[in-house]
Amino acid sequence: MARVFIPAQWRDLSGGTADVQLEGATVAQIIDALDARFPGMAARARDEDGIAAGLAVSIDDVITSRGLRAKVAADSEVHFLPAIGGG
Amino acid sequence: MSSTTEGTKYKVIGTRPVRHDGADKVTGRAVYGADLRLSGMVRGRILRSPHAHARIKSIDTSAAEQLPGVLAVATRNDLPNLKDKIANLGEGAVNLAHLSANVLAHDKALYKGHAVAAVAAINNHVAEEALALIKVDYEPLPAVMDLTEAMRDGAPLLHDDVHTNSMGKKSEKPSNISTHIHFETGDVDDAFAKADVIVEREFRTASVHQGYIEPHVATALWNADGHLTVWCATQGSFTARQQTSELLQIPVSRVTVVPCEIGGGFGGKIAVYLEPVAAILSRKCGRPVQLVMNRDEVFEGTGPTPGSATRVKLGATNDGKLVAGEAWLAYDAGAFPGGMIGPGCMCVFSCYEFPNARVDGYDVLVNKPKTQAYRAPGATQAAFACETVIDELAERLGVDPIEFRLNNAAKEGTRRVDGPVYPRVGLVETLEAARNSEHWKTPLEGPHRGRGIASGYWFNIGLKSSAAANVNPDGTVSLIEGSTDIGGTRASIAMQLAETLGIRAEDVKPRVADTDGVGYTDVTGGSRVTFATGMAAHEVGLDIQRQMTERAAALWECDVESVEVEGNTYKANGNSITFAELAGKLGQTGGPVVGRAAVDPQGSSHGFGTHLVDVEVDPDTAKVTILRYTAIQDVGTAIHPAYVEGQMQGGAVQGIGWALNEEYFFDDQGHMQNASYLDYRMPTSLDVPMIDTIIVEVPNPAHPFGVRGVGETPIIAPPAAIANAIHGATGVRMHELPMSPPRLWAQMNKNGS
Amino acid sequence: MAKKTHVTTTINGQQVEFLCEARQSLLEVLRDVLHLTGSKEGCNNGNCGACTVLLDGLPVDSCLVLGVEVEAAEITTIEGVAQDSCLHPIQQCFLEDAALQCGVCTPGFIMTAKALLDRDPNPSEEEIRFQLAGNLCRCTGYDKIVRAVQDAGQIMGNQRGATSAAAQANGSRASKAKARAGSK
Repeated sequence: MARVFIPAQWRDLSGGTADVQLEGATVAQIIDALDARFPGMAARARDEDGIAAGLAVSIDDVITSRGLRAKVAADSEVHFLPAIGGG
Repeated sequence: MSSTTEGTKYKVIGTRPVRHDGADKVTGRAVYGADLRLSGMVRGRILRSPHAHARIKSIDTSAAEQLPGVLAVATRNDLPNLKDKIANLGEGAVNLAHLSANVLAHDKALYKGHAVAAVAAINNHVAEEALALIKVDYEPLPAVMDLTEAMRDGAPLLHDDVHTNSMGKKSEKPSNISTHIHFETGDVDDAFAKADVIVEREFRTASVHQGYIEPHVATALWNADGHLTVWCATQGSFTARQQTSELLQIPVSRVTVVPCEIGGGFGGKIAVYLEPVAAILSRKCGRPVQLVMNRDEVFEGTGPTPGSATRVKLGATNDGKLVAGEAWLAYDAGAFPGGMIGPGCMCVFSCYEFPNARVDGYDVLVNKPKTQAYRAPGATQAAFACETVIDELAERLGVDPIEFRLNNAAKEGTRRVDGPVYPRVGLVETLEAARNSEHWKTPLEGPHRGRGIASGYWFNIGLKSSAAANVNPDGTVSLIEGSTDIGGTRASIAMQLAETLGIRAEDVKPRVADTDGVGYTDVTGGSRVTFATGMAAHEVGLDIQRQMTERAAALWECDVESVEVEGNTYKANGNSITFAELAGKLGQTGGPVVGRAAVDPQGSSHGFGTHLVDVEVDPDTAKVTILRYTAIQDVGTAIHPAYVEGQMQGGAVQGIGWALNEEYFFDDQGHMQNASYLDYRMPTSLDVPMIDTIIVEVPNPAHPFGVRGVGETPIIAPPAAIANAIHGATGVRMHELPMSPPRLWAQMNKNGS
Repeated sequence: MAKKTHVTTTINGQQVEFLCEARQSLLEVLRDVLHLTGSKEGCNNGNCGACTVLLDGLPVDSCLVLGVEVEAAEITTIEGVAQDSCLHPIQQCFLEDAALQCGVCTPGFIMTAKALLDRDPNPSEEEIRFQLAGNLCRCTGYDKIVRAVQDAGQIMGNQRGATSAAAQANGSRASKAKARAGSK
């Protein structure tokens, strides 16, 4: 199962839990699993176009550009982070 | 210079060839955006708001339209209505309604200098006369310039439709705080309770501009067939195309963006300003329209990067271990929500291991120009705060500042405060290089002098790049790529193709193509071009090599599998032929060879640097003189060391300007008082010494040649390093940028030193 | 339409005539009337030096000179620095020393450096920095520019030495290549 880190600002929905083990082969499945455990999280994580604007997903220290389709391995770490722009 | 790849396993990488676009740039032949001359071209000028905050009740352009020589006038009415559509621009998303309202003000002018209308005329002088004839009925509104003021309840609101976004959770009431970010790891309060030494300080930094010497420029031709071509100075032709097409609501296939040579960007030439306006004017008058900003327009209407208010609290044990950190960061966004607070929060503690930390960040709307990225956007303000407190903590503990940093440095396996775990990174190596440097080992003598050190961190993003190349019959290769070349990247990309094929850098002829001439390529930014477009060039080389292997097999009528490649030589069954010889036989073996690649590297990287500086502070005037400067950085692999050094030197000097002089001065009406290079004082050649560089190479496992991005990291450390040096020279700890003579003098005299 | 004045001047060794309005700067004339776009506009008020040209041998910001002022003057622009498809030593050194990044300030720096080195091919670092202080560069941090000017000065000094030596040797030819080789 992937280790999914819950952003501090979503922990109001998780009762303070900071990370969970979840089944999911893609970011979409991880978000679904998160929402099943902690209802309301999907609304924070995505919008109609995919990952919510301003948010980025890091899988094993790699910010993915594949959005909801990005692959998550069984031993992956998944983080939801602010999106970064470069100069 | 310490060890670089020069003279090691590579033939081309690590050498210093003359850049391919060099001759054009030293003879004045290179065509920058404002050098473009098209048949029938006319000029345009922009009318800008004289108020920092005002409702625009009406705009009457009739008198301007009547002026002889005027060909078209554009206002907000010419822009499609784009209510709150979020567009993904490759690196970060943008609210198109905001972007549109920044290009030409909609219902309100939100900063002095905000574009309100535009005129195309037979020349600039006539266009300027016409601007004076446009009647705008403004209802002035109270402006809010200070970010802490803007955060208060009851402060004048810039937008009634901006709500605080807290990682997807939106506030009910509209607010000037557009974003709140919060990270928390470990038990911060408990850790502070157990710390032996705690230092907590508050900091302010002023708005600063990217300062590129070339003003913004765009030329547009809306052709009779409905096709729009835009020639502009942009960091990314594809993002300029996307923004232009979205703002005008025309398909991307009807827009071609031709990137001209670009005179600096540093993050400030990613968002469009003039492109859609020039397009509208051209559509209206049927002629190519060129818009070029004046320098005051560049200062008042573009950039800057955020000013900030920050607070950093660090706790350590007596044995020199950091145990707790807390940071509060507020960055001004300017007139529209900005994007720098996220990376600010992610970078503030990124150089160290913090088992317990809490970070809060706020993006705050104020009546200043919409902020833009500036070289490691958001990191410099954060590092100024953190690295100054680190220095004070080391001093309190009686530990050498390099030892203290080494004792706590982030390394492979360190979990960042924002969550992810670092792979192999090179901060420790830069600190060790600093400790072993001649600079550090040479005692600093003399009164009023001090030495400072600071480290800095920035992400290297990956993103998308495309490239293609044709093999010429003389054994040269023409390379077509899509990364606008701001600092010599044609060379660093061409060198990676040359290395792959075993040919000379001079035998690759790189060209930056327009949006119809090359596959999608993201911006020149995020320290990504030598990394990602270089990776594309490497893959182009592999593709060519594969095809050339087939041609050698065809020539010798043998199996492809039996052909071996060694450098530039193809061998099989006792036969041998060089790349150039084989290139001359393509006609006999199947026709042209074209290589191609499109990459979207998912593994980016992490850039660390450490800077050393010696200063002397005039005890009477508080003027700071930089005596000696050394910039040290882990660059992965230096492809073209001279341009790597150049990035480090240039970034360091921009950081010196940020540290000592540069700032926007606003009066109480929100009018910038120093919108010229005379009064916005960037470093000149006389203000700085030679900038020594030490290139550290810890190869990036995610790149075929080990490249890490170089461009952004060098600006991060200078303000903190200089503040720490000033402390050494004067005993004063500076907590505000810039550390200009009046500010430093006041502190020196307040503390009685 | 404003009234235009007829001006005759010499630019890069060629006699040139043009018409300009009283309000047009020399920079505007160079770029828009004569299509010599090598001189760049960075600020249009004499602070960045990107438009530097030599006016009767002295470096000036061409944005601060009016077009009508250059009657009967001798002007050198960046387009006139390379001779016969051969780069000037300053240009060559800017390339070899990687003294440019974006390149937009480069023409101005080369013109200012030329004025300096024509007068004194062996200036101190401080003198170089002082003379170049009217030209802003935002990319390089000036380090490599100063080194390029130092290197070019050495070549120009050697060339002058070679030229006068050649004159003394009565007819021997000093090639630029020899001068360069001598400088290394």
